[in-house]
Amino acid sequence: MAVAGARRSWSPPPLIANPWLRWAVVIGAAIYLYLALNSVPLNWARILDGLSRGWLFVKGFLTPDFVSRHEEIFEGLLESVVMTVVSTVLGVALALPVALGAAKNVAPWPVYYLCRAFIAASRTFQEVIIAILFVAMFGFGPFAGMLTITFATIGFMAKLLAEDIEDIDRSQVEAIRATGASWAQTVNYAIQPQVLPRLIGLSLYRVDINFRESAVVGIVGAGGIGATLNTAFDRYEYSVAGAILLLIIGIVMACEYTSGLIRRRVQ
Amino acid sequence: MATGGGEGARTWRRRAPKRDLAVWFGWLLGLLVTLECFRVIADVTIWEFVWDAPQQAGDLFSRMVPPRWPYIDRLWLPLWDTINIATLGTLLAIVMAVPVAFCAASNTTPSRLLVRPVALFIIVASRSINSLIWALLLVSIIGPGVLAGIIAIALRSIGFVAKLLYEAIEEIDTAQVEAVAATGAGPGQVLTYGIVPQIMPAFAGISVFRWDINIRESTVLGLVGAGGIGLELQASISTLAWPQASVIFLLILGTVLVSEWVSARIRHAII
Amino acid sequence: MLELKGLEKRYPTGDRALRGVDLVVPQGQVMALIGPSGAGKSTLIRCINRLVEPTAGSVRLGDLELTRLGARELRRARRRMGMIFQEYALVERLSVMENLLSGRLGYVGFWRSWFRRFPAADIAQAFAILDRVGLTEFVDKRADALSGGQRQRVGIARALLQDPDILLVDEPTASLDPKTSRQIMRLIVELCEERGLAAIINIHDVALAQQFARRIVGLRMGEVVYDGPPADLTAEVLTTIYGEEDWSRTIRREDEEEEDPEAARDGTAEEAGGPPAPDRERLAGMT
Repeated sequence: MAVAGARRSWSPPPLIANPWLRWAVVIGAAIYLYLALNSVPLNWARILDGLSRGWLFVKGFLTPDFVSRHEEIFEGLLESVVMTVVSTVLGVALALPVALGAAKNVAPWPVYYLCRAFIAASRTFQEVIIAILFVAMFGFGPFAGMLTITFATIGFMAKLLAEDIEDIDRSQVEAIRATGASWAQTVNYAIQPQVLPRLIGLSLYRVDINFRESAVVGIVGAGGIGATLNTAFDRYEYSVAGAILLLIIGIVMACEYTSGLIRRRVQ
Repeated sequence: MATGGGEGARTWRRRAPKRDLAVWFGWLLGLLVTLECFRVIADVTIWEFVWDAPQQAGDLFSRMVPPRWPYIDRLWLPLWDTINIATLGTLLAIVMAVPVAFCAASNTTPSRLLVRPVALFIIVASRSINSLIWALLLVSIIGPGVLAGIIAIALRSIGFVAKLLYEAIEEIDTAQVEAVAATGAGPGQVLTYGIVPQIMPAFAGISVFRWDINIRESTVLGLVGAGGIGLELQASISTLAWPQASVIFLLILGTVLVSEWVSARIRHAII
Repeated sequence: MLELKGLEKRYPTGDRALRGVDLVVPQGQVMALIGPSGAGKSTLIRCINRLVEPTAGSVRLGDLELTRLGARELRRARRRMGMIFQEYALVERLSVMENLLSGRLGYVGFWRSWFRRFPAADIAQAFAILDRVGLTEFVDKRADALSGGQRQRVGIARALLQDPDILLVDEPTASLDPKTSRQIMRLIVELCEERGLAAIINIHDVALAQQFARRIVGLRMGEVVYDGPPADLTAEVLTTIYGEEDWSRTIRREDEEEEDPEAARDGTAEEAGGPPAPDRERLAGMT
């Protein structure tokens, strides 16, 4: 091919146009990585020691032992499932008013800010931290765990649902209001039909999450399978731990499969 | 739904009576199951403690206030560790999640029968198990410390990143891929010219989003010995040093808010 | 009778959408409200049922001063004003019947409406109106399964089920094709005649307004600049309402109407919908 005039070169345009900023980002990232990697203490002897233990775990995972501690496992799982059910139902039910309050187009502003503050509070802290506080207040056991997960569910559901309510078609709301409907009737006739599919989808998704969370809060004494799992690791009973993990994975998979089926039917 | 009645007075109901009954029965059943579940919890609950909770909460609050601010000087290093756990863990997860995602996406997987199910199982297993449990496992295997935390975060994040990424890959515009393939490009070139540019924004968004979540998660890994600020929290709580715990809570709050702001800014810049 | 006096609306952004509108709509009169986009047509009808709160002025429906009503009285008053919307504004995931019955919400209590147990009389009336607008077989279809014209019929039926004294109609034909537009306009006007309803119809299409309304009000920058019969709508008047443009093809001419009213009506409507004739010829020449 003949190119008229001077030879022109081409290279792809850089992601960040400003060269100073680009190099600052690159060098900053390199320095950060160097510092961060160097601050990770590596105890090679312990890690090598761990490799054999890791192999033991893999073997334990492949030959799970459901039998020898079946009572503890059953009780722990039952507690987890029960906590999941109660906290999902309670959390979703309580999230509905909070979501309405946190939607700019529905709620007056004092209520809006109150609900938004509540959502922020419940989403900022990791569930385990909340669980620690609730255990300190309500004592050890699944009650504290249930409250923790309910609290987290409210924040999650209310935030996503409020965003959905803010996105609804306003003319439908206007039309229902124009008929002389009350606030509650407007919510029932204009808002509920529009957000229902999303509400159901989110609730089902939250069932999964809550089950996974219920397996964790036990580590700080808030009931569920987590305590059993913790004990199994402490005793280096890897085949028991493997069995528990497989059960958790199995239940989560079953939940995901079912919720997928339901979600497809709702739309 | 049914329109019943004769020609004279037409009636209308939202559902046929039978379906109406079924719906009511469904609600009732759900209520009963929930109540029964609550009974199981209530049976093992010591209600004196629960009724005592408002007083306990007040007590806890009075012990947490005022926070012991000088203690914050001992928290900067654990905080640095916490941020490193989240960041390095996320990077490690991304490196491992990308191939898993390509193997799991039905339009890019090398084999639907062999590779895809394995990739999907990796994703489910990783997602089902909370990072704190991964940390429990890793502390037991390689000993306590930051490294266990990093790997725990990475293992938990693989599933998350890979799941969202493979969904993004499955939603790409096939016409663009065909166009690149039509030029005679090899599979690697199709990948880099036809697929990667389409999923880049989603990929970056997912990574930053997960980093934000991981900051939050890594604050508690220390509770099981996997390094970071959680170690200090564990120490403070086990010695009932609540004024120190409140400093830690406030520091975590600040860190989470900053990380949320940073991630929102980056995601905004990408889109 | 609806009476507006010195009605003003100033939005928080500072826009003065209405600048002292005075208007009287007697019982049974169908009035078209025309004017350019942003003239305040939508704001005007929303200030009447207070979906938008007027800043100043008074709105009287019969003996009732609407602007000073509390929330409960406002709801009662809204029952007397049926509203029909531009994009139909049906609740898409509810069935046709549920959408219709939502017109009765101002009359029934919350729990009755929650369980969809409306009085038998309401349901009988809903079926009667559904028959009238020709949608009987769609009772239990979801609203989003209907076509545009069908949806607007449901919208009209919903407004009528309120048993209103006046209809507030906001761009009823803006999302419809020319033929359906005329059918919908005809339906609205016929229903108003049958029931002796007054109506305020916001409409972009001047030809449709002239064809169906007895009285036309032109709004510009929040002020009434024309109020009179359709026949007096001259090119000069349209220029004061909309600004400079060639109006000769938009207006129905008196002489044409006298010769052959049907042809004139059809002709003007077609031309308002399609591109102007000279353009069509030029395009034909080019191809």
